[in-house]
Amino acid sequence: MERELRLMKGNEAVAEAAIRAGADGYFGYPITPQSEILEYLMEANPYTTTGMVVLQAESEIAAINMVYGGAGCGKKVMTSSSSPGISLKQEGITYMAGAELPCVVVNVVRGGPGLGTIQPSQSDYFQAVKGGGHGDYHLIVLAPASVQEMADFVGLGFDLAFKYRNPVMILSDGAIGQMMEKVWLSPQKERSKTVPGWATTGKPAGRERNIITSLELDPDRQEVFNRKLVVKYNEIRANEVRCEEFSCEDAEYLMVAYGTSARVCQKAVELARAQGIKAGLLRPITLFPFPSAPINKLAEKVRLILTVEMSAGQMIEDVLLSVSGKVPVYHYGRMGGVVPTPDEVVDCLKTKIIGG
Amino acid sequence: MTEEIIIAGFGGQGVLSMGKIMAYSGVMQDMEVSWMPSYGPEMRGGTANVIVILSNERISSPIIRHFDTGIILNQQSLDKFEEAIKPGGVLIYDGNGITRHPVRKDIRIYRVDAAEEASRLKSPKTYNMIVLGGFLRIKPVLTLENVIKGLRKSLPERYHKLIPENEKSLLRGEEIIKEVKVN
Repeated sequence: MERELRLMKGNEAVAEAAIRAGADGYFGYPITPQSEILEYLMEANPYTTTGMVVLQAESEIAAINMVYGGAGCGKKVMTSSSSPGISLKQEGITYMAGAELPCVVVNVVRGGPGLGTIQPSQSDYFQAVKGGGHGDYHLIVLAPASVQEMADFVGLGFDLAFKYRNPVMILSDGAIGQMMEKVWLSPQKERSKTVPGWATTGKPAGRERNIITSLELDPDRQEVFNRKLVVKYNEIRANEVRCEEFSCEDAEYLMVAYGTSARVCQKAVELARAQGIKAGLLRPITLFPFPSAPINKLAEKVRLILTVEMSAGQMIEDVLLSVSGKVPVYHYGRMGGVVPTPDEVVDCLKTKIIGG
Repeated sequence: MTEEIIIAGFGGQGVLSMGKIMAYSGVMQDMEVSWMPSYGPEMRGGTANVIVILSNERISSPIIRHFDTGIILNQQSLDKFEEAIKPGGVLIYDGNGITRHPVRKDIRIYRVDAAEEASRLKSPKTYNMIVLGGFLRIKPVLTLENVIKGLRKSLPERYHKLIPENEKSLLRGEEIIKEVKVN
């Protein structure tokens, strides 16, 4: 089957990509600005075609625990929500990290804290990258900046989740969820007929029981497990960093931004260059693992770094750690659901260049 | 070529669907497109707007504050977006219900009285196609053939029988749009 070109909202692209990736199940609960994911899947009714289960749970907490159950059976399962709903899912997410279960969780971020607004924001960076739930764990965090990546990262997310037995979060925002762009959809993949060896699907004769749990009563054994997780996270750090550079070759001023902010900054780079300012952009695609090495390398040759986020400044902490003080790092952000414009970013960059 | 457009009016005027048809038409024309709606509670009965970008190159920011063309369908949107049009740009508006008309002298201003025309044609549902026809006359960035193809993609199949009526409205819009001189 050929790839197919469509015009879709980011949310719709996630939903269609899940079907095509051969997902076994989606469990969700509606919340703006991501309700189209559930709506699209309900309408598509993939149970009649691929056999994928789509279920509206009674709450976010129920949905994530359905994901926990499905993943425990070795199935490709996912859920999605927006900021307040993702907060509700955190217990399930940390349990899955502790039980080393694969899944894809999509967060179409809106303004916060609390119920906040329904407009696009990037204020859940800390929650996604630094934990969210309790305990020493990491999610693999993918940050799409286009509708195409909303689709692509579902398949990639499942691949990474199963490769590392780890939950993957797609950290999007209301703008990418709601906007329409062209998207090339992958051909339909068949749902897997087999499950991984660790799945709890009944004990056949001749092997030990598979046990899936995040509970350990012996601290020494828990520490052994924690060390195993550390090894896994280091392996992810070594192998899975993804980022994209725009006009960085001769850049004197570097912007670092992901998702919608990265799109805004791409335009800001064009505008700045038209005014003779040699600006460049590094766009992290994975937020965990963070592209520290590429940023550190660019810090050798640029005069300053400006991080642009739709938050009070969260990713900037990882940028600061990456550059180890080699170069000044500044933050420009809008909050509450306000998206910065390219002009604002250029103005801010100019202010920083002259030392404002 | 890059054309950055804001379409704004009341919810129900077909603002979002006009944008969607333009975006689909752009796809048919092998262009890069983005369609970024304002979304939220303000859409229910209030104002609605959408930013459409059509380009032969990769589109950087889908969210911008200055536009090559503004297609403005009510007073609130005119008040809000007249200033957002780039110098030398184009403002197209429907005079229906407008009491404070546009005043800028550094842009080209056109009026397409689509509400009046839709009522004359007894075709209120193709109101937005009259407006789109007017736009295409001033900014022929999309061919009529591709717009019809875009309509075909954008409308559910059960409405395909209405495409000739839409085409008629598009052509009518091309005829009735007229330039306005600000003194």
